[in-house]
Amino acid sequence: MDNNRLSKDLFVLKEKQNDDVDKISRPSTTFLQDATRSLLRNIPAMVSIVALLVIIIMSFIGPKMNDYGYDDQDLSRAKMPARIQLFEDISWLGFAGTLSGTFEGATVEEATQNALSRYGGNEEFIDIEIKNEGNGTKDSAKVDATYRIYEAKDMEESYFWFGTDSLGRDQWTRAWQGTKISLYIAFLAAAIDLVIGVAYGGISAYYGGRVDNVMQRIIEILIGIPNLVVVILMIIILKPGIISITIALTITGWIGMARIVRGEVLKLKNQEFVLASRTLGSPDRKIIMRHLIPNVTGLIIINTMFTIPSAIFFEAFLSFIGLGLAPPEASLGTLIESGFKSLQIYPYMLVFPAILISIIMIAFNILADGLRDAFDPKMHD
Amino acid sequence: MENMLEVKNLKVSFDTHNGEVQAVRGVNFNLKKGETLAIVGESGSGKSVTTKALMRLLPKPHGYIKEGEILFEGMDLVKQSNKQMQKLRGKDISMIFQDPMTSLNPTMKVGNQIMESLIKHQKMSRGQAKKRAIELLHLVQIPNPELRVNQFPHQFSGGMRQRVVIAIALACNPKVLIADEPTTALDVTIQAEILDLMKDIQKEMDTSIIFITHDLGVVANVADRVAVMYAGKIVEIGSVDDVFYNPKHPYTWGLLGSMPTLDSEEAELFAIPGTPPDLLNPPEGDAFSSRNQFALEIDFKEEPPMFQVSETHFAATWLLHEYAPNIEPPASVKKRMRGIASTASGPKGDEQ
Amino acid sequence: MARYIMQRIFYLLITLFLIATISFFLMKLLPGTPLTAEDKLSEEQREIILEKYGLNDPEPIQYVNYLGRLVQGDLGISFQFDNRGVTQILMNRIGPSAQLGVQALVIGTILGILLGLLAAINHTGFLDYGSTFVAVMGKSIPSFVFAGLLQYFVGVKLGWLPVALWDGFEYSILPSIALMIFPLATAARFTRTEMLEVLGSDYITTARAKGVNELGVVFKHGLRNALIPLVTIIGPLAVSLMTGTLVIEQIFAVPGLGEQFVSSVMTNDFPVIMGTTLLFAFLFVVIILIIDLLYGVIDPRIRLAGGDK
Repeated sequence: MDNNRLSKDLFVLKEKQNDDVDKISRPSTTFLQDATRSLLRNIPAMVSIVALLVIIIMSFIGPKMNDYGYDDQDLSRAKMPARIQLFEDISWLGFAGTLSGTFEGATVEEATQNALSRYGGNEEFIDIEIKNEGNGTKDSAKVDATYRIYEAKDMEESYFWFGTDSLGRDQWTRAWQGTKISLYIAFLAAAIDLVIGVAYGGISAYYGGRVDNVMQRIIEILIGIPNLVVVILMIIILKPGIISITIALTITGWIGMARIVRGEVLKLKNQEFVLASRTLGSPDRKIIMRHLIPNVTGLIIINTMFTIPSAIFFEAFLSFIGLGLAPPEASLGTLIESGFKSLQIYPYMLVFPAILISIIMIAFNILADGLRDAFDPKMHD
Repeated sequence: MENMLEVKNLKVSFDTHNGEVQAVRGVNFNLKKGETLAIVGESGSGKSVTTKALMRLLPKPHGYIKEGEILFEGMDLVKQSNKQMQKLRGKDISMIFQDPMTSLNPTMKVGNQIMESLIKHQKMSRGQAKKRAIELLHLVQIPNPELRVNQFPHQFSGGMRQRVVIAIALACNPKVLIADEPTTALDVTIQAEILDLMKDIQKEMDTSIIFITHDLGVVANVADRVAVMYAGKIVEIGSVDDVFYNPKHPYTWGLLGSMPTLDSEEAELFAIPGTPPDLLNPPEGDAFSSRNQFALEIDFKEEPPMFQVSETHFAATWLLHEYAPNIEPPASVKKRMRGIASTASGPKGDEQ
Repeated sequence: MARYIMQRIFYLLITLFLIATISFFLMKLLPGTPLTAEDKLSEEQREIILEKYGLNDPEPIQYVNYLGRLVQGDLGISFQFDNRGVTQILMNRIGPSAQLGVQALVIGTILGILLGLLAAINHTGFLDYGSTFVAVMGKSIPSFVFAGLLQYFVGVKLGWLPVALWDGFEYSILPSIALMIFPLATAARFTRTEMLEVLGSDYITTARAKGVNELGVVFKHGLRNALIPLVTIIGPLAVSLMTGTLVIEQIFAVPGLGEQFVSSVMTNDFPVIMGTTLLFAFLFVVIILIIDLLYGVIDPRIRLAGGDK
C-alpha cells in the first residue's frame, strides 16, 4: 500500500452533518409530470397529435377554401380528376387533372378505338402512347391513353383539388365536410359513452352492495347483445342521420367504459390510502374528488381515445351497408362508399377519403397507445 | 480444498434510460468444494445480480458483464458461448429462486419440469427420467411422489413448490448450487424445514452452495463463510466466526446491530440511517461513508482497499489502516453479536 | 364446472330471447308496411298479402307465433323472394361467409402469432419495430380501405386475381386477405405483449437455469403460456369478422350473409333483416360461450380447480 500518498490527518473522524443522510440523490417527479414527459418523448404520438390538429382545423377551413359548396351539383363537370395548381406538371403525383389508362386490342387501332370510346371519342384531347404493336391476336396490342379532360370540357381555369364526384360536386369540399361530420359523430359518441359509462361504473362500484349487484346483472345481459345487432336495429328504426347514428353507437358503447371504471374504482376503494382518508373522517365528496377521480382519469382518457376511432369506423361501416347518412350529407363513410362504385375507372374518388380516414384512425390509435404507455407506471424505469 | 469457483474483479452494469447503473462494482471471492458461502446485504446491494452473472442469466438486453473473470474449475465462464453455458447450466451449476409461487411453469406438469434437465444433460429416456424425478421428489420429502409427479404447480403449497424447485436444481447433482433467498417468501416454520433439507442434501452430495439472504439468522445457521455486500462491492468476507464475533466493517456492525435476537435485553434495535447510494452515480470514496457514524475524512476521498484481518478474514474499511484511530464497535452491537452467535450454534428447535 | 356451464347457457338463452323480442317489436314500430313501396297493388291484393303473412293478427298473437316458429328454427318468409323461407335463404348464403370468416380467422391469427413472436424475440430490434408498425396499421386502417387497395392493385391493375364474384377458391383470396388484416394485427400485438411478459417471468429464468436452449425456452415454456390468454381474444375477433364480412362481401360481391343482409336493408325485407340479425346474435353468443369454455379446458389452473375463476 502506498502509505506515503495518504496523509495522517485524513484519518480522523469526520464531523457528521446528519441532515444529508436521508437525502435522496435523484430529484423526484410527480406521476403526472412523469406521464407528460413520457408522452412528450414519444415521437409517433406527438406526430399523431399534430396530424389530428391539422385535420381538425382543415375540416373547418377546408370547405371554405374554394367557392364550391358541398352539395353544388353540376353534371357538366362530373367525374373530373384531381388537379392542383402547383402539382399539375408532376404527373406521378396524380394531380395533373388527366384521366389515363391502358387499353388493349388486337391491333393498335383497335386499342386506340377502345380508349377513345371510353373517354367520349374526342380525339383532340387524348394522347395515345403505343406500348405494344401487337400481332393481330386478341388483346395483344397495348396503348396508354391520357385524356386531358379539363381542356376537353373547356375548364382549363378550374381546379378541383380532389376532383369531382359523379354528380359534379367538389370532392375537396366534400372530403373536409365529411371529415367534420365523421369527427363530430365520433366525438359526440365518445363524450356520451364517457358520461354514461363513468357515471354508471362509478355509482355501481362506489355504492357497492345491492346497487352494484343489480347494475352488474343488467350489464351482464347487455354485454351479451352484440353491438352490431343493436346498432343496425337502431338505425333501421331511427332512420339514418347524424343524431340517430350517434345514438346507435352510444346505446351499447358505454358498457365498456362502465366496466373499466367500476373495476378500477373497486380496486382503489379498498386501497390503504383511501381507507386511511376515510378513517380520518373525509366525507364521500372529498374521497371521490381527491382520490378516486384523479386515479381513474388516466384510464378514462385512454379508453375514450380508443372509442373515437372505433366510432369513426362504425359510422363508415354503416354507410357501407346502406345505413349511413342520406345524400347530400357527406361523411367519410359515404364518400368511400360512393368511391367504391367507380373504383375501376375513377380511383381518385376513393383514394382521398380513404387516406383521410386511415390517417385519422392511425393517429388516434397511436395517440391512445402513447397515452396508455405514459399512464402505465410499470413503463417508467 | 480445491476452488470450485473463483470470481475475480466482476463488474456488472445495466443500461437504463438515465445511463449506466453499476450494479456490481468489482467483486472478488472464491467457493471451495462442499462449502456454503452466504452473501448478505440490503436490497439493491448487488447480491442477486452477482449470482445471475455467475449463471450468465442477466436480464437481456440491458444487463451485461462489464469486466472480470468467473473461473469454474479453471474455465472462465465469462468467455463461454451461449451454447456451452446451456450445457453447464442445470448440470454443473444450478439455481434456486426466491419466489416458489412464480418460479415454476404454471402449464407444465411438475414431473416434466424436473425431467427436462435429466433428459437434456444425462441423456435419460423419458421412463428413466420419470423414475429419477420421483426419487428426487422423495429426496426433497414430498409425500406421494408417484402421484405428485403428474400434478401442476398450482396444486402444491408454497413450501412444497420450493421443494420442487430444489428437486429441479438438484436433478443432475450439480457441483455448485446457487440459492437466491430460497426461504424469504416462506413461512418461518417452512423456512427451517427447507434449510434443514438443504443442509442434509449438501452433506449427501458434497455440493458447494452460494446462499444469498438478508437474514443473518439464516446465515449463522447454514453458512461456513459470509460475504457482506454493500453498493455492489464486498465490504467484508470471512468465516462465520470471523464476521459474527469479530466484525471489522462499520456496515457489518450496523447489520448485526439491526438484527433482533431472542435473548436481547434492550428493546431498541439499531437502524442504519439513510438509504443506499445511487449506483447511477456512485459517490466518491467509500460508498458507505455518508451513512457511517465512524466515517473518517479519507472515506469521502478515497475508496478503501481490502485489508487482511486474519488468514480467512478481509474487510474494506480505512479503520483497519495503521494510521486510523482505534475504534471499537458500539457496545450494543457487541452484545448482539454474541446473541446471534449463540442462537445459531444452539440446538435446533430453539429457533422457533 | 357443470354448474358454471348451466349458468352460462341460461344467460345465453335470456340474451337470445331479449334480442328476439326487441327486434320483433322494433320491426313493428317501423312506420308503414313492407308493401308501401309497391304502390301498384290494389287494396284487395294488399289485403290478401297481409293476410297471407299473418300481418293482420293482433301483435301479441303475431309475437307468440313468431317465438313459436323461432324455437323450431323457422325464421319466417321473405317478402322479397316469394314463398321462400328466410331460414332457407340464409342457409344458402352461409357457406361463402363461413369460408371467408374461417380462412381469415385461422390464417390471420396464425400469421399474427408468428409476427408477434418474432417481435418479442427480437425485442427493441428491427423486427420488433416492423411488426409494431404492421400491427398499428392493420388495427387502424379499416378493412374496406384494404379491400379497395387489393381490388384496385391486385385485381384491376395487375389482374392476378378476380376482382369480384364467387366462383372457386381464387375468388375467396382477396376478400379473405382484406378480412384477415385485423385479426392478424390484433393477434400480433397481443402475442408480443404476452410473450414479453412471459419471457420476463421467473419460470423462464428457471428454465434457462436448467440449461434449456433458447428454442425450448421460447416455444416449450414461453409460447404455450403466452397463447393461453390469446384464446380470450379469438371470440371478439370472430365477432369483428362478422362485422367485416358485411362490408367485404358487399365490395367483392360475394353471395354471403352480409351481402344478403345489405340488399335486404335496401329492399326493406324485414323478415330477412330480422332473421340475419338473430343468426348473427346467435353465432355471437355461441362463439363467446365456446371460447370461454375452451379457455377453461386448456388452462390447467382453471381446468383442475374446477371452478369459474
